[in-house]
Amino acid sequence: MSGVNGAAHSNQLSLDRDLVSPFTALQAMAESSRCLYCYEAACVTACPTAIDIPGFIRKIGTGNVKGAARTILDANIMGGTCARACPTEVLCEQACVRNKAEAEPVLIGRLQRYATDVLFKAGVQPFTRQAPTGKHVAVVGGGPAGLACAHRLALLGHEVTVFEARAKAGGLNEYGLAAYKMVDDFAQREVDFILSLGGITVKTGVALGRDVTLAQLRQDHDAVFLGLGLAGINTLGVAGENLAGVADAVDVIAALRQRAAPPVALAGPLAGRRVVVIGGGNTAVDAAIQSLCAGAAEVTMAYRRGTAEMGATGHEQDLARTQGVVLRTWLAPREILGAGGAVSGVVLERMAMDAGRLVGTGETVTIPCDVVLKAVGQKLTPGGLDGLALAGGRIQVDETLATSLPGVYAGGDCIKSGEDLTVQSVADGKAAAFAIDAYLKA
Amino acid sequence: MADLRGTIAGIKSPNPFWLASAPPTDKEYNIVRAFKAGWGGVVWKTLGEDPPVVNVSSRYGALLDSNRTMIGFNNIELITDRPLEVNLREIAAVKKAWPDRAVVVSLMAVMTEEAWAGLARRIEPTGADGLELNFGCPHGMCERGMGSAIGQVPEMVEQVTRWVKNATRLPVIVKLTPNITNVLWSAEAAKRGGADAVSLINTINSIASIDLDAMAPTPTVGGKGTHGGYCGPAVKPIALNMVAEIARNPDTRGLPISGIGGIGTWRDAAEFLALGCGSVQVCTAAMTYGFRIVEDMIDGLSAWMDEKGYRTLADFQGRAVPNVVNWNDLNMNFVTKAKIDQDLCIDCGRCHIACEDTSHQAIRILPGDGKRLFEVVDEECVGCNLCAHVCPVPDCITMHEQETGRPYLTWPEHPQNPARVLPPKAAE
Repeated sequence: MSGVNGAAHSNQLSLDRDLVSPFTALQAMAESSRCLYCYEAACVTACPTAIDIPGFIRKIGTGNVKGAARTILDANIMGGTCARACPTEVLCEQACVRNKAEAEPVLIGRLQRYATDVLFKAGVQPFTRQAPTGKHVAVVGGGPAGLACAHRLALLGHEVTVFEARAKAGGLNEYGLAAYKMVDDFAQREVDFILSLGGITVKTGVALGRDVTLAQLRQDHDAVFLGLGLAGINTLGVAGENLAGVADAVDVIAALRQRAAPPVALAGPLAGRRVVVIGGGNTAVDAAIQSLCAGAAEVTMAYRRGTAEMGATGHEQDLARTQGVVLRTWLAPREILGAGGAVSGVVLERMAMDAGRLVGTGETVTIPCDVVLKAVGQKLTPGGLDGLALAGGRIQVDETLATSLPGVYAGGDCIKSGEDLTVQSVADGKAAAFAIDAYLKA
Repeated sequence: MADLRGTIAGIKSPNPFWLASAPPTDKEYNIVRAFKAGWGGVVWKTLGEDPPVVNVSSRYGALLDSNRTMIGFNNIELITDRPLEVNLREIAAVKKAWPDRAVVVSLMAVMTEEAWAGLARRIEPTGADGLELNFGCPHGMCERGMGSAIGQVPEMVEQVTRWVKNATRLPVIVKLTPNITNVLWSAEAAKRGGADAVSLINTINSIASIDLDAMAPTPTVGGKGTHGGYCGPAVKPIALNMVAEIARNPDTRGLPISGIGGIGTWRDAAEFLALGCGSVQVCTAAMTYGFRIVEDMIDGLSAWMDEKGYRTLADFQGRAVPNVVNWNDLNMNFVTKAKIDQDLCIDCGRCHIACEDTSHQAIRILPGDGKRLFEVVDEECVGCNLCAHVCPVPDCITMHEQETGRPYLTWPEHPQNPARVLPPKAAE
């Protein structure tokens, strides 16, 4: 059953419909002609994977669309996912010089999707592996960082085994991104595309520290890459967190992506249930909107600071608002109320800035609700990282992404390299692969 | 409101915008639609002797930009494929219903006086205002000894013009082909033959494109293609040059000209008029957008003339002709340099890479505040205008004349010219 909100908005998102419709060939041609083919373009600098954006757009314009896709994928093997999920409004499109004269950037993300879709649809494998090196690298984590690293290593002629704790590879592309950004099983289609290169074996259901140790991996392989992500979830640290109806947002999102029953019921017997999402990042937005898609009647996002400080971009905040999410700011959770063992509401304290510090005002607000979703950040789970130096709660790496252990490299969300985005993880994985290649050839 | 009325070779029209002899002017139905839209005149699609020609299927080729805007257009269509009698009847009806509009009739025949004079005599009773001799068609008809086959031989141009002039009292406009080495030879021949005016340019020999699947020219007729006649916006510069050559040539100066070639806007038309044309003829733009474009051509030209204080077409007609000179008459001491408006600059870098890779390394990149700063190196800038042309922002890069204090100096007088012509005094 869909929520009452579903009827109110003709542009209401659903879990299986594209958030942004793909370009037609005509749209792609028209949009490609807007690109000025800048010299040393700002959009390229703004992309963590440094895709040659003017180059690929020019190829779309000349009808060399598969060539455009190759240009994209050569820099970013997950260019398909990034085209769908990147916050382009703060990356490449924000840098587009068309903003200056017309306040309207070239729609780079949609052009990138067009090109990569054409290649995927054609079923073309545009890359060829270099001659085998005889070296074997273990990659821990089958998410964007791990797969990007594995793909580049395989291209360079190395053999790669990917150890993935979950049932499927893809990481947050498969389990974490909002469903309406990744329709038609795109994450798995992309994984299949990456693996079709050859030289990469994926072992799922194998977790570091539980099924395999770092010491063993180092012993059995010539190098190791850790793309672990952040498997731990931050807690609110307030009373009532164990009540029925309280769940981690990432678990709800993962369940919805897998078409499984979420850990908390979102659809209710009448018009759905009332949900409060605690947090202000993209995960909070994804959980809030998808809760509405899944049947929730009312969804409120509560964040302890203002909209300017939210991790979610302005674009994501607007999307949440237009979908019917109520954004409430300067509210920090203090207690989750229960009745009969189930959530009945959440008490929040109104916050304020005082001499540059966030402080409680003592005033509280109670929002009655049935479900509380926690989206206040993830953290590294240290299990299995024996002997590795950490820094700031993440794995410590040098500028080559080498960890404190020889032959062990790391990238993606488990290190602090930039924004916790797919595109950053891909950039890390690719950079680490080149570093590992150099290490193996040294 | 400016007065747009014009007269060329005695033919009057309420505005200078005529439709050229081409598919849009093949029959009464189209021409009535054109006159309703506001066109000042038409040149009826070329008539020939019966039996009518037969056209092939697949006739047009196009050169489009990445937005599918028509840049160039070509065709392999022949002259009218309708019986002469039908065309003559419709011409008479149109002229009767639209007496204030110019109705000129294009004609073409084999190289005999009987054929040309006969056709002219058949057309005269329709009430048409004039004749246009089609010496230009570069495809098909020329293989039968007509069109450009005549237009490319000045003696034949003169001969046919004289035959037609002797056969009719109607004004005769000779339409010139650009597929020659020097347009003046045929223009002068037309004048010698008694032409009342010339019109140019006809279409240019061309292959619009090669279909890389069929491995054949487009338009492709059953796997084969042939060269066609090229027109549209891309040919305007070629047409302007040929018009200017005739307008400033001592032997043809004053010969009325109807300008043709890539005219699609009032601004295009104004440029041809400034080079001395008395009317302009349009085809590709109408075939691309329909007859309604004439509304802005009239409105825009009129508004521009009001702004400039020109009351009639004669007030600016030919004004640019004296400024068209030979290269040898240019001032070698003139210096202009590029200037970049940093507030308008959007940091695309195109001026830099164009100059750096292909010109004079005269635009350097400096680190700026939040964006790159592109700076013209005055010592290296030769004033070539390339940066101004490649800049996507209007008026961001402008060219500025530099004060040198040096006199007007032509190449023949230039100290570095090995064949320098010294002024009489210096030669002593």
